[in-house]
Amino acid sequence: MNLIVPIKQVPETSNVKMDPETGTMIRDGVESIINPLDLYAIEIAIQLKETHGGKVTAVTMGPPSADKALREAIAMGCDDGVLVSDRQFAGADTWSTAYVLVKAIEKIGAVDLIIAGERATDGDTGQVGPNIAAAMDLPLATYVSAVDGVEQDAVTVQRLTEEGYEKLRLPLPALLTVVKEISYPRLPTLRGKQRAAKTEIPTFTVADLDVEAGYLGLKGSPTRVVKIETPKVTRGGKIFKVTDEESLHEAVDSLIAFMKTKEII
Amino acid sequence: MEYKGIWTIAEAYEGDLKAVSFELLSRGRKLADELSEELVSVLIGGKVARERLEELIKRGADRVIVIEDEKLDRFIVETYSNALIDLIKDRKPEIILSAATVNGRTLMPHVAMKIHAGLTADCTELGVEEDTRNLLQTRPAIGGNILATIKSPDSRPQMATVRPKSSRPLEIDESREGVIERIPFKAELYDQRVTHLETISGGDEDVNIQESEIVVSGGKGMKKIDHFKMLYDLAHKMGGVVGASRDAVDRGWAKYPHQVGLSGKTVTPSVYFAFGISGAIQHLAGMKTADTIISVNTDEEAAIFQVSDFGIVGDLFEVLPLLNEKLEKEVK
Ligand SMILES: Cc1cc2nc3c(=O)[nH]c(=O)nc-3n(C[C@H](O)[C@H](O)[C@H](O)COP(=O)(O)OP(=O)(O)OC[C@H]3O[C@@H](n4cnc5c(N)ncnc54)[C@H](O)[C@@H]3O)c2cc1C
Ligand SMILES: Nc1ncnc2c1ncn2[C@@H]1O[C@H](COP(=O)(O)O)[C@@H](O)[C@H]1O
Repeated sequence: MNLIVPIKQVPETSNVKMDPETGTMIRDGVESIINPLDLYAIEIAIQLKETHGGKVTAVTMGPPSADKALREAIAMGCDDGVLVSDRQFAGADTWSTAYVLVKAIEKIGAVDLIIAGERATDGDTGQVGPNIAAAMDLPLATYVSAVDGVEQDAVTVQRLTEEGYEKLRLPLPALLTVVKEISYPRLPTLRGKQRAAKTEIPTFTVADLDVEAGYLGLKGSPTRVVKIETPKVTRGGKIFKVTDEESLHEAVDSLIAFMKTKEII
Repeated sequence: MEYKGIWTIAEAYEGDLKAVSFELLSRGRKLADELSEELVSVLIGGKVARERLEELIKRGADRVIVIEDEKLDRFIVETYSNALIDLIKDRKPEIILSAATVNGRTLMPHVAMKIHAGLTADCTELGVEEDTRNLLQTRPAIGGNILATIKSPDSRPQMATVRPKSSRPLEIDESREGVIERIPFKAELYDQRVTHLETISGGDEDVNIQESEIVVSGGKGMKKIDHFKMLYDLAHKMGGVVGASRDAVDRGWAKYPHQVGLSGKTVTPSVYFAFGISGAIQHLAGMKTADTIISVNTDEEAAIFQVSDFGIVGDLFEVLPLLNEKLEKEVK
């Protein structure tokens, strides 16, 4: 079974510092990591390979430094990595990103299953997976929380919905986007890291891919960012401070009175 | 060929329209009025009764387009995408809005890729650029730390998904009139590859925190799962439900469907209670549109107080039991 996992390198955003003047992210000292939600895709791909044979190829479109994300994926247990990198790809929105990734995946060769993350924590759109499926005309299941079974020519999955779950059967080749419930990502092993350091990672540039220049990067992207703001929210409500038994009762009584005026009780 | 009209994509479940179908119409109505265009609600499949379809008109739509066929009973993205693209090519809408539900977030990127249209996910605000009539789509990005405004100047239709519960449906206006148009489903658009095997419902009846008018949430300050009982106690007194911050969910004190925030659910209840929640921007992203926000936190500087209508700087382990006790007497 040939598995491909598209992964994205993102800034470690759990502790983002914003520049209040410019409204941009302070990138100094911010580490780049594999999109945390892609780790679940990598894990389930490795598990499927372990039970059904085949190989897992991680592919990323990004700057040359995104090579590090691929090596991490290999250290976890992926077999190969492919870096898709060219200045002309810079500034791509989800449409253009998916367009280029599709060309790269087609160049990698025969694929049975593509497994993407639910969304990337920086752009946070969750569009690239469904985009790729649409462009390649592959059967698609999103928000997959379990792979129930793999047959010769099909896969059965559980998909998370607002109301619960649904079970779908997709003929292969197909594309899944997966949520956290699907697996628990393993850590890279020492041997994995050693292998990752030695693995040769090919880079696909514009020259290697059958792409139309007009569909690349910022210029090939239908969407444009026109403004960036840092959100500010204040309501300036009543604030009570509790310092002792008396102020505690006072605060709670006022709260109940407030709830009455709001007709909550 | 000119692109005209605003479309919103309605969603149905078990023969009834989902609330998001109406929420989208209140977004769409504003745009339609500003642009002087027709507002169309599009429903694929769903087997929805006529009077419910009429409610779409009473709540803002000028036209309802329904594509009905038993092959559309279940959401299968390939078939739905074919059906929607066929309709888009025929009618050429200027704007298409869908809910950022699991199905909306699957269908819209599928369609956008195929027709080469710009798509913006999870918008919180929509407006119109005056001179160009371009749709201005505002959404949180980088973990809610920034708000980005995005447009698609050269491609049509302009497509966006909008978070459920981020706007309220318009009141029913009995005097509104509109057209309900049924369109036959063309057999060649049916994609037979994916089979729906089974639907398994969630079970937890208390889970739909988006439907409740009162949400009582707890964060890391609750300290342990046992203490969540106090939140349930308070919620039950008022007929509300329990929500949680991501830190509380990650610790296993509440299940993921209870998570409020950027990577959880957006709620717009009448009242939101925050106990031991600091008010990180990602949490605020999911609850700041509540009518009334009440919070209890030991830290005077906690960001949650900035969005609160009523705040108590104090220990929740003192405030919450006393509140429950006093309310008990009130209710009697
Ligand atoms: C991409 C991304 C997405 C995210 N999505 C979400 C999301 O959807 N939802 C979400 O909630 N978070 C989300 N987060 C995490 C968010 O940044 C915060 O880490 C999280 O909201 C903090 O949860 P908390 O307020 O419970 O914990 P803390 O920030 O640790 O706050 C606990 C609070 O409890 C108070 N406290 C402690 N003891 C007491 C006491 N005895 N009485 C009263 N108060 C007390 C403390 O003063 C403190 O303010 C996301 C982060 C990222 C990067
Ligand atoms: N530049 C990229 N290179 C490879 N995969 C990507 C890239 N961007 C997004 N993806 C994949 O698409 C998923 C959704 O990303 P997004 O649509 O950006 O939220 C991610 O979890 C990845 O699996």
